[in-house]
Amino acid sequence: MDQSLAVMLTIITAATPLLIAAIGELVVERSGVLNLGVEGMMVMGAVAGFAVAFMTGSTLLGVGAAIFAGIAMSALFGFLTLTLVANQVAAGLALTLLGLGLSGLIGEAFVGQPGVKMPTLFGIDALVPFSLLLTAGVAYVLFRTKTGLVIRAVGNSHSSAHALGYRVIAIRYLSVMFGGACAGLAGGYLSLAYTPQWIENMTAGRGWIALALVVFASWRPLRTLVGAYLFGAVSILGFVVQSMGLGIPSQFLSSLPYIVTIIALVIISGNKRLTQANTPACLAQSFVPDR
Amino acid sequence: MTASQYLLEAIDIVKVFGTLRANDGVTLQVTPGQIHALLGENGAGKSTLVKMIYGSLQPTSGTIKWKGQDVVIPNPNAARKLGIGMVFQHFSLFEALTVVENISLAMPGKFDLEALSKKVEFYSGEYGLPLNPKATVADLSVGERQRIEILRCLMQEPKLLILDEPTAVLTPQEADLLFLTLRLLASEGCSVLYISHRLEEVKRLCHWATILRHGKVVASCDPREETAASLARLMVGGDIHTVRAAKAPRDGAVRFSLKNASLEADGPFSVALKNINLEVRGGEVIAIAGVAGNGQSELFDAISGERPLSNGNAILIDGASCGATGVSARRKMGAAFVPEERLGHGAVPVFPLSENVVLTRHSDDASLAERGLLNRGKANSIADRVIKAYDVRMGKPDPEARSLSGGNLQKFVVGRELDRHPKVLVVNQPTWGVDAGAAATIRQALIDLARSGSAVVVISQDLDEIFELADRIAVISRGQLSEAHPAHEMTAEKIGLLMAGSHEKETPHAAHS
Repeated sequence: MDQSLAVMLTIITAATPLLIAAIGELVVERSGVLNLGVEGMMVMGAVAGFAVAFMTGSTLLGVGAAIFAGIAMSALFGFLTLTLVANQVAAGLALTLLGLGLSGLIGEAFVGQPGVKMPTLFGIDALVPFSLLLTAGVAYVLFRTKTGLVIRAVGNSHSSAHALGYRVIAIRYLSVMFGGACAGLAGGYLSLAYTPQWIENMTAGRGWIALALVVFASWRPLRTLVGAYLFGAVSILGFVVQSMGLGIPSQFLSSLPYIVTIIALVIISGNKRLTQANTPACLAQSFVPDR
Repeated sequence: MTASQYLLEAIDIVKVFGTLRANDGVTLQVTPGQIHALLGENGAGKSTLVKMIYGSLQPTSGTIKWKGQDVVIPNPNAARKLGIGMVFQHFSLFEALTVVENISLAMPGKFDLEALSKKVEFYSGEYGLPLNPKATVADLSVGERQRIEILRCLMQEPKLLILDEPTAVLTPQEADLLFLTLRLLASEGCSVLYISHRLEEVKRLCHWATILRHGKVVASCDPREETAASLARLMVGGDIHTVRAAKAPRDGAVRFSLKNASLEADGPFSVALKNINLEVRGGEVIAIAGVAGNGQSELFDAISGERPLSNGNAILIDGASCGATGVSARRKMGAAFVPEERLGHGAVPVFPLSENVVLTRHSDDASLAERGLLNRGKANSIADRVIKAYDVRMGKPDPEARSLSGGNLQKFVVGRELDRHPKVLVVNQPTWGVDAGAAATIRQALIDLARSGSAVVVISQDLDEIFELADRIAVISRGQLSEAHPAHEMTAEKIGLLMAGSHEKETPHAAHS
C-alpha cells in the first residue's frame, strides 16, 4: 500500500514541471505565438532559482528568481518575434540554445553544491497544488472570461482582432511573458524540489515534452493535465518495471514516454475535427498591422 | 460650439499610399437620419475613405468633423465610442469562436454570454436576421456570417452605420428586410453610409449619393432622380457595356451531368446533398439559385472534386465518369472551377499572381511544370494575358494575390479559368463584391464561353445576375436541387417558392431558419 502511494507521489512530482510549463505554453499558443524556447526558459529558471536559493537560503526568493528569469527570456523572444517580426520557429530554437548555453555558464560555480529543498506538505511540494490551481485558473480564464476570449480571438484571427481595435501585439507580449513565467517556474521546480541541486542541462528535454503536450491536449488545459500525468506515469512506471527485473531493456523503458507521446500525437492528429476546432488559426504567423 | 446640420463631415481628405493618391481631396457630408450612398468602381477609394472615418486609417491631410466639432479618430474603438459602427466587406470574424463570442468581442461593458445570447436572439428577430448565437462561425455560410457582422453593429446602437456592400450575399427577401431595418434606423435619426455596386438598390434605398472616381468626388446627387444608367456613367466615366446574350443553341450535346449525386454532411452544420440530377448542354448557361447555406458550397465541392463522391458514375464530363476522382483529374478532362472565396480558396494570398496561375493549371498544361520545374516565363505570360483581357488593376507588376482589391482579384480568378477555354466551367458566386463594370465583363465572358460550345454552371444568390446570365434556372434548397426550368418561364416569385423548398421530395423535419 505504502509503495503504491510512493509511486503515485513520484508520478505527481514528475508530472508537475511538465504541467506548469505546458499550461504556460498553451496560453502563448492560444494567442497565436509559437515559442519553441520552452526548454531554454525552463533551464534558465532552474539555474536562477537554484543560485538565488543557494545564496540567500530562501526557496521563496529562489522561486521568484526562477519566474523572473523565465519572463526575461520570454521578453527577449517577444522583442525578436513581435516587435522585430523575426520568424518564431527560428527565434524559439535560438532561445533554447541560448538558455542551455547561458545556464551552463552561470551554473558552473554551483555544480555539486548542496541545494535548498522547498518545504513540503504531507510529502508533496507546495507547487503541486499550485499547478492544479493554475490549470483550473487558466481553463477558467480562457473559456469563461473576456480576457480569455480576447486571447483566443487574437490567436484565431489577428487581422479581425486588429480591425475591432484590439492591441494584438500587446496582448501577445503579455501571453508570451505569462508563458515565460510558467516555464521559469517549472525550471525552478526542478532545481528546488524535484532534485534540489544544479546539474547542467538538468531539464533534459522536458521543455520539448511540454510543447508536445500542448498539441497532445489540442490546446485545452484539462487535457493538458491528463497528458502531463499520463506522461509522468509512463516514465515512472518505466523505473518500477525495471526494478522488478522483467528483463526488458532499460533503453526501451526510458524511451517509452517519448514513444507514448508520439503515438498519442498521431492519434490526436487523426481526428481532424477536434484538431481544427482548437488549433489557433494564426499560430506562428507574424502580425504586422497593415494600412 | 455651433450646431452643425451635419452629423459627419469629411473635408478635403487626402490619403497617399506610396505614389498612389487613394483619396485626393474628398469631401463627404452626412446629415442625421440620412441614408447616404457612396458609389464608385473598385479602387475608386471608397473603402479607404470609410476606413479613415472608422479610425482604421489616418488621413494624410484633411479634417473630419463629428456633430460640427473637429475630431481625430485614432482607432476603431474611438470611432465606436463616438457612435460609428461598421460592417466590413471582408469579414472581421473569428472562425473558431461562436456567434455570441464574436459579438461580445465588439461590445463594451459586462461580460455575460448568457445575457448577450438572449439579446442576440432578440435583435435577430427584430431585424429579420436569423442566427443561432451558439453556432460556431466556421460552420456558417457567407450569408450567415454577414448577418453576424450586421447584427454586431446594430447591437451597438450606432449614430452612424457604415455598410460595405451588405446585400451582396443576401437573398432578395433578406435584402428587403434589411432595407426595412435601415429605413427604420434612419427614421430614428441614425445615419447610414451605404457602399454598394447595385445601383437599383441605391436608387430604392438612399437619399443622397456621393460618387467617387480615381480618388476624387465626381458627383453628388439624389439617386432617386437619376437612372441606373446615369449613375453608372458617373461612376465609370463612360458607358457601361450591357451584357448581351446570343440565343443558346437548342440541341447541344450534354457535356456535363449529375446523376443521383449524393454526399454526406461532413459536420454538424454542413448540408447533405440528396440525389442531385442535372444535365448541362454545350452552349448553355445554367444558374443554380438558392438562399445561402442550402448546400451550394457542398454542391460546388462535389462538382469540383474537392470532396469526391463514392459513386464515380454520379458525375459525367463529356460522358466520362469522374465522380470519384480528385480536382486535378477533372481539370485534365477539361473542366474548370472557380470557388466562392477568392482569397484563400481561389488564390493563395501570399503568392504572386503568376504562381497562382500555376496552381490551377499545371495539371492540364504540362509545359507549366516540366519535369517538376516551374516554367516561370510561361506562368508570367499567362498571368499578363489574363490581367490584360480582364482589366485587372494592381499596384505593381505580379503582386501578391492578397494585395488586390476584391473585385480585381475576382476578375483574375475567373479570368484564369476562362483563359483555358474549359469545356465545362462551374463558378460559385462569380461577381460577389464586384463593381458593375467588372461584373458585366465577367458575365459577358461567361456567356461567350458557353456560346463557344462549353457548358457553364453558375451558382449564385444574386437574382439579377441569374436572369441576366441563365438559359435555364434550377434552385437548391436543403441539399436538393429542383428541375432546371427555362429562364423565360421563371419569375422571382417562382424562384422564391422553390427556395422555400416546394420541390423537395421528403417532408422537411423542421423549419430551417
